[in-house]
Amino acid sequence: MALLEANDIHTFYGAIHALKGITVTVDKGEIVTLIGANGAGKTTILNTISGILHPRQGTITLDGEPIHELPAHSIVTRGVSQSPEGRRVFGRLSVAENLEMGAFTRKDKEGIKRDLEHVYELFPRLKERRKQLAGTLSGGEQQMLAMGRALMASPRLLLLDEPSMGLAPILVDLIFDTIKEINAEGVTVLLVEQNALMALSIAHRAYVLETGSIVLSGTGQELLDDPEVMKAYLGMD
Amino acid sequence: MKSASKFSWMTPVTTGLIGGVVALFLSLVGIVEASLGRYVITGILSMGQVFLLAVYAIFAVQAAQKATPEHGEKAPVYRTLACAAIAGLMISIVLALLVVVGEQIDLRGVFIHATPVLYDLLTFGLGVPQGIFVLLGFGLLMGILFGVLVLLPKALRKSIGVGLIAVPVLSVTYSALFAGRGLQLPVAIAVFVISAVAIFLWDRFEKPIRTRSQALPSGQQRTMRLGVWVLAGLFVLALPLLGSYPSEVLVITGIFVLMGLGLNIVVGYAGLLDLGYVAFFAIGAYVMAIFTSPEITWFPIHTSFWVALPFAVLTAMLAGAILGIPVLNMRGDYLAIVTLGFGEIIRLVALSDWLKPLIGGSNGITQIPKPTTFGLAFDNPQKLYYIVVIGCVIAAFIATRLKYSRLGRNWMAIREDEDVAQAMGIDLVRNKLLAFATGAALSGLAGAIFASKLTSIYPHSFNLLVSINVLAVIIVGGLGSIPGVIIGAVALVGLPELLREFAEYRLLVYGAVLVFMMLRRPEGLLPEARRKLELHEMSPDVAE
Repeated sequence: MALLEANDIHTFYGAIHALKGITVTVDKGEIVTLIGANGAGKTTILNTISGILHPRQGTITLDGEPIHELPAHSIVTRGVSQSPEGRRVFGRLSVAENLEMGAFTRKDKEGIKRDLEHVYELFPRLKERRKQLAGTLSGGEQQMLAMGRALMASPRLLLLDEPSMGLAPILVDLIFDTIKEINAEGVTVLLVEQNALMALSIAHRAYVLETGSIVLSGTGQELLDDPEVMKAYLGMD
Repeated sequence: MKSASKFSWMTPVTTGLIGGVVALFLSLVGIVEASLGRYVITGILSMGQVFLLAVYAIFAVQAAQKATPEHGEKAPVYRTLACAAIAGLMISIVLALLVVVGEQIDLRGVFIHATPVLYDLLTFGLGVPQGIFVLLGFGLLMGILFGVLVLLPKALRKSIGVGLIAVPVLSVTYSALFAGRGLQLPVAIAVFVISAVAIFLWDRFEKPIRTRSQALPSGQQRTMRLGVWVLAGLFVLALPLLGSYPSEVLVITGIFVLMGLGLNIVVGYAGLLDLGYVAFFAIGAYVMAIFTSPEITWFPIHTSFWVALPFAVLTAMLAGAILGIPVLNMRGDYLAIVTLGFGEIIRLVALSDWLKPLIGGSNGITQIPKPTTFGLAFDNPQKLYYIVVIGCVIAAFIATRLKYSRLGRNWMAIREDEDVAQAMGIDLVRNKLLAFATGAALSGLAGAIFASKLTSIYPHSFNLLVSINVLAVIIVGGLGSIPGVIIGAVALVGLPELLREFAEYRLLVYGAVLVFMMLRRPEGLLPEARRKLELHEMSPDVAE
């Protein structure tokens, strides 16, 4: 059974038709990735799912329940959390405070504490720096924090927007390893990436976007083997 | 790298020239002359002279410090002194040129303040040419003196500096409050010595005392803290003993503290830049007037200050929420412009002929009674002060509690990043409206007190400048910081009120202080711990 079903989504920025009928499904326990060029609409899909944007047409259901008309803050309480593009940590809050913000909608003190420990296990760097202002962290550390913050909501579905953006290759490896680890613990992941090679290599399934429409879909391996994808996104002939 | 840190003898010359231009400006604008009559030390030193001395001090010290270039080796003693002396001399040269030129050509056609009185002052009453030489020699001497000050050990330097600043500040405050004519010489010396010694001892013993008190058991620490609070409270309560005029100033300052605490919630906590804040102040004032003034015959209720007060606050709060609705989706500059418009609309509506039959248009509303409690009338500033203090204490309590509450955290997250805050599960609509409403309520409270303090209100009291002043208060004090609001209000509302007689130059000084503050201490006078960290990157840990 699909955890998330987005059906024929049309999203607009004013008059600009950004998503032209997107249909995406994410099954429980999967890593699904959306790849595509700049401006293809990857981030728009994530923002439409998380409720920061609303579709003008189409439906989004989470476990069969429609969520596309809910405001962003109540979608969080249903178990969808997002690590936004460009990290966007709360720069003037400390690392620990940022993580607490992630658990904003939760009431179970015990669970929050457990998850905090878990995030510190996943990213020991964050534990070292928990009292530091988030704005003073390096890019990689901020990415870890953004992911940790999203995890603190104890999500069923984790939306990751370009987690490798602007990071050194060694950190990219670390981030992707962590995504696999998080997924192995039972969190479903919807991943948006420009680094198509890395994304496809860890994804169960993938969709390829072009200017607001899905042009290709398949398992990660299928797309890695697809000559079109190779040429367009992986820079290989 | 080496070339960047090389010393050049041109540096003190330019520094001195800049100082000279500043001194020239102060002289020609008329500040020096206007404040000649005001003595800092009775019969000896006038305010005008102090201004010029301050220029010598600031630029000589600057030049002396620049004798040691950044990242360079420490300058030899002779060079530090020479730099300071050069700067002092340059200032004198510029002033001397003014005198020489002024003697030949009548400058008063352009600069009305270039009077013989000014020339007399600059030449020490000796005239040209003897006075010129004295002036140049004086510059040299001042330079060397302040150069020596820079060379002194840090503790001593700080004590003397503080002492030198304390004398004019105290003298001006004293003269303004009690219509005095400056401090007598022995008093001035005493002030200098006491403040210098006090600051010296404070620096020397603050750390040991602090560490020792922190080592005390928590019960005793609590008693100590309580004691400090009680002392501070008694001090605040005793302030009206200073007299009627000082109390008046305190009441005005207190009203700005109230507004500042409110705006601090909107701008400092939630990051919503509101330039129409005066609107809620006006609404509070008008509601108070309508409820209490016998002039208003169309309104069925006539009641006392205390009954009207909650209505004033609630109406302002409601107005805050109503303004909040249309601007929910606006950010930053756009929000500022729309709220600015809202502020003007309220003022213009109050001024309009349309509402004239109801609230008096430009004639305003008069005969607003002063508050009374059990037959005790708060009819003078000394008594009104206590109402303001109670208001401020309540407001400060609310602001502190909110800051560390869940709501406060929501606001902080919204200030940092609206989208992410929303994605974390924060309801933007509710939290933003609450911020606007809370801020507006405090402004309404300030307005209500303001109305019954003046007993009459006019639309022109509620212009844009009030909003800007409140904003300046919280920025100078330190955005988001509650003690900062109080310090900011004292610095920007209380002190200028004391300098009333320099009316023309008040705004000039105000502007200069604001520019200087933003360059040198952008986080404000008493900043929030986290903002200080952000702007100064001392240690990356949040100090808590």
